[in-house]
Amino acid sequence: MRREPPQKFSDYGPLLFPAGMLIVFFVVPFTTMIAVSFFRRNPAGFYSPDFVFDNYARFLSLFFGKVLGFSLGLAVAVAVCCVVLALPFTYLLARSKRRTQVFWLVALLSVLSLSEVIIGFAWSTLFSRTAGITNLLVTLGLMQEAVALNPSFGAVLTAMVYQALPYTVLVLYPALVRLDPTLTEAARTLGASPLKAFFTVVVPALRNTIIATLIMVFIFALGSYLLPQILGRPQHWTLSVLITDQAIYQSNMPFAAAMAVFLVLVTLGLVALTVYAGRKGEAA
Amino acid sequence: MRDILGTNVSRRAVLGAGVAGASLIAMPAVLRAQEKSLKIGAYGGYFKDSFDKNIFPEFTKATGIAVESIAEPTGEAWLVQLEQAAKAGQAPADVSMISQVSLLKGQSTDLWAPLDLAKIPNASNLIDHFVNKYPDGRIAGIGAVAWYITLVTNTDVYPEAPTSWAALWDPANADKLGLLALVSNSFLLEVTAKTFFGGTNALDTEEGQLKAFEKLAEVKPNVRLWYRDEAQFEQSLKSGEIPMGQYYHDVTGLAAADGNPVRSTFPKEGGIMDAGSWAVTRASTKLEEAHVFIDYMSQPAIQAVLSRKVGTAPTVKRDLLDLTAEEFAAVSSDIEPIIPRYDLYQTKSDWLNQKWTEMIAG
Repeated sequence: MRREPPQKFSDYGPLLFPAGMLIVFFVVPFTTMIAVSFFRRNPAGFYSPDFVFDNYARFLSLFFGKVLGFSLGLAVAVAVCCVVLALPFTYLLARSKRRTQVFWLVALLSVLSLSEVIIGFAWSTLFSRTAGITNLLVTLGLMQEAVALNPSFGAVLTAMVYQALPYTVLVLYPALVRLDPTLTEAARTLGASPLKAFFTVVVPALRNTIIATLIMVFIFALGSYLLPQILGRPQHWTLSVLITDQAIYQSNMPFAAAMAVFLVLVTLGLVALTVYAGRKGEAA
Repeated sequence: MRDILGTNVSRRAVLGAGVAGASLIAMPAVLRAQEKSLKIGAYGGYFKDSFDKNIFPEFTKATGIAVESIAEPTGEAWLVQLEQAAKAGQAPADVSMISQVSLLKGQSTDLWAPLDLAKIPNASNLIDHFVNKYPDGRIAGIGAVAWYITLVTNTDVYPEAPTSWAALWDPANADKLGLLALVSNSFLLEVTAKTFFGGTNALDTEEGQLKAFEKLAEVKPNVRLWYRDEAQFEQSLKSGEIPMGQYYHDVTGLAAADGNPVRSTFPKEGGIMDAGSWAVTRASTKLEEAHVFIDYMSQPAIQAVLSRKVGTAPTVKRDLLDLTAEEFAAVSSDIEPIIPRYDLYQTKSDWLNQKWTEMIAG
């Protein structure tokens, strides 16, 4: 097949559809949100079109700074846990028999069919004192008495990792399947242990994939607002929880929009930084 | 029921409203056949279904006014829709059931058509605070139904019922409570004021509000769950996982009747009484019919039907009702209730919300 750059205007035709979708489903809503974030809030009623910075000013406080910091930290923790768990798993999966691969992939896909609500309630039962997994440990004689494991940071983290893990595996899988097996074979021939070959050959070869996966899981985890509510204490509530409170319960759209815009900007900034750092590392 | 009555908008409620709305569009011909008609908004789901079954047919029979019931979303979404429709001269519903805070917010833009008490003789049956007035004395709404939030306990964990809201502060109850997560639906500031500072008047000043926040912060070590979703707490209460908290009196009664080890107690300081009111949008052209409907709903007999069939507390005076002591106790109490300071959630909502969030999450 011959490829050449588009010559005439009509050559750009196929771009119209994705461009249209992007405008309708991203540009318009996001622009509306930015506009609303500058509107004036009327606490006794609704909001009126205006251009004020009050909503951003309210956000710039130590309290919201801490919440933002916690949300970002939680998302990073989820991303790191997911990749650390998923990378060796997917590596082994890609090397196993076809039948085993299909079984695991179907199992993982079926986890994706669970809603966040079901995942949250299931984990809150598993972590409960009255019906949770600690009862099992008591029966086995490993614990004195059943205890409640939620609400806690660990509970939030566990459920969020559980939710994001299938995505992580599915993103890593194609890259690992395509990875040339002769690379590790060469390393083994030269005397590296399987573990050493994995860390010195496979991981560096997948560097870009791993960074891309980290970013994807990070952004995915940043939007979570149900699991922190169900499994965490108020200090584990993410910025997304507070945005929901403002938008739905306080009908304070301007402030909710300002917080959301801020969250998007910080996220984009962090992603840009990661990509930039990745490029630089590659060049060195 | 509380899923619908409460202030949270569940996805299910929104979907339900959508489906109900679509089906209404599909069958308007039937309703046009009758001469007089009225569009009435009620919270979608259990609530609208109960009204469709127990109230509206009887009303049509008694007055000849056909009712087109509209499923409205809870929270403030419906208020926003009514407001925007009114600007365009449209009335998605003539009469709507509206939360107290929404009613006040609507007053700020003159959304509610003033009602004429001369055309609502039964309004005299109402408990005084169920007649909602504009600051200048015009009538903005009439109490439709009321419900209580009380102190609930798991009977296995607490063989003795607590008698006072002060139990929430008892160090013995560390990590055992489930409380509502928002300042505007938990009404815990009012509870604090009534229990420790002599009444909700203590919240008149900012100083008083800060004092209440300070006292309320002492509850934090006892709270295991700040819930937005009722199902989350109800399940934990039944299992004894979270054996004490605040919850809805009627739903707790239903759960106890089903054999669950739970009980609802009216503390000596009173249960929290929240309510919905009927209000008419200014865009409505059916003001006459709306008055007839509101008058009909304010009859003691109809309020008794609501208590028996829907489980709500009556908005008319106790002595006018033919409810037995048992029926009355199932939905209400003679102990003077704690009435939420709705005015604060209108005038100082952002400040209170900010302080509240900082208190529980800080």
